[in-house]
Amino acid sequence: MDDWRIIVLLAGVIGILLAGSLASFVLSRRAHGEAMQTTVQNLNSRVKAWWVMVAIFAAAFLLGPVVTLVLFALTSFYCLREMITLTPTRPADHRAVATAFYLFIPLQYWLIFDAWQTVFAIAIPVYAFLLLPVLTVLAGETDHFLERTAKLQWGLMLTVYCISHAPALLILRIPGHEGENFLWLFFLIAVVQLSDVLQYVFGKLAGRHKVAPRVSPAKTWEGLIGGGLSAALVGAGLFWITPFSPLQAGGMALAIVLAGFCGGLVLSAIKRSLGAKDWGTMIEGHGGALDRMDSVTFAAPIFFHLTNYFFAV
Amino acid sequence: MIAAARLVLIALTRFLVGGHGRWVGSEPTFEQRIYFANHGSHLDTIVLWAALPDALRARTSPVAARDYWGKGRLRRFVALDILDCVLVERQAPAGSDPLAPLRAALADGRSLILFPEGTRGEGSSIMPFKSGLYNLANTHPGVQLIPVFLDNLARAFPKGAYVPAPISCAARFGAPLRLRQGEERQAFLERAREAVAALGRPGEV
Repeated sequence: MDDWRIIVLLAGVIGILLAGSLASFVLSRRAHGEAMQTTVQNLNSRVKAWWVMVAIFAAAFLLGPVVTLVLFALTSFYCLREMITLTPTRPADHRAVATAFYLFIPLQYWLIFDAWQTVFAIAIPVYAFLLLPVLTVLAGETDHFLERTAKLQWGLMLTVYCISHAPALLILRIPGHEGENFLWLFFLIAVVQLSDVLQYVFGKLAGRHKVAPRVSPAKTWEGLIGGGLSAALVGAGLFWITPFSPLQAGGMALAIVLAGFCGGLVLSAIKRSLGAKDWGTMIEGHGGALDRMDSVTFAAPIFFHLTNYFFAV
Repeated sequence: MIAAARLVLIALTRFLVGGHGRWVGSEPTFEQRIYFANHGSHLDTIVLWAALPDALRARTSPVAARDYWGKGRLRRFVALDILDCVLVERQAPAGSDPLAPLRAALADGRSLILFPEGTRGEGSSIMPFKSGLYNLANTHPGVQLIPVFLDNLARAFPKGAYVPAPISCAARFGAPLRLRQGEERQAFLERAREAVAALGRPGEV
């Protein structure tokens, strides 16, 4: 807590959430008509869930990197659980599924804890990629083999490999910025989530042209451009918590916004191909854990790689 | 100690497989009941038990096979001390009433959890029900019969697996079933089986 920037950020976040709570309170007294009331109720439960998530994030920071890693490991666990639940796995897949959960989730996060970056980068894309189909093939069922294997691979890549790149920011070493890693994690999550919210707001206010009506009816070009650019601007304004110049911070934020948008779109298509509307019912007002993390799955590895490639040693 | 073990078991169940109760055709009330469900895994008993609200769980006993749950200290501890099971013989000696322990529990005012298939299926279909449910319905007309569908359990913990995989499971509680005037054994058992199966087809209930 000796860093003044943390205090400023925390005050800022609490201020925004207070404004959100106040707005939803005022709106709930004025809301007329059923559609309006549903929107306000939705806003209400979203703001409440935000308070909880911010509290968890603050606790993670205060209690140190191990707690942060455990929290992200649990997030991966719940996201993978949601994905596998909606995927029609068979009893013959059991060994591969259990290995994905009980071996590769702990391994991936232990590798971050151990700061073993080279193995962290390949444990899932190489070793899980090759091991899981072997476990499945030993069960002897060849029916839909490729499909079943591919679904588990996708689930593991998205929910464990990709999401783990967010807390992996904690092991990057950037000269002159030692001990500031948690702020970059904050930068990533703040830009992703702000971009989601702002795209939603711009879409509601001015959305006309849908980007992919069949995949995600709520995503509009107006929302993407308005919300995305505002989030990138906020990101540029947050340069003082990053190793970047204001321009670089804006560029990074833009990359996060675009990746996050693509993540939302792709995860939405996967969800629909599995025949569901939400990934789960874990967070009231937010659907499942994966409904909140969909943008992070794409944004985290991209941001990690760009930061690692251009800034870290 | 037992209370703590119960909390741990429920927490572990929620963490791994969720196992929340969804009351689609009936409400959780204090009426004496027999919950009967499809059987796909060794977790079924625990999940259905954990899906009940605390107050109902305290007055409900799962019916478990003595040849599995009665063997080994850990299993016996879970079955008898934590779950408060009624153990039955699957192969009762001729001339004895295999349902006697169930009748005794019902006489005590307890509700029961029953798996009328008698053994675990492979999850894709529900096997024909054994007669116990009919016999109890016949002799205990005052006890409500509630069909329950346990979703996904055969995927989470298939036959032959050593550990359950974390896949969300749910227990769906349907509308009470009554033995009709003069209804034949087979007709009733088939109707009961269909009531459970219908709960497993989303969109129908």
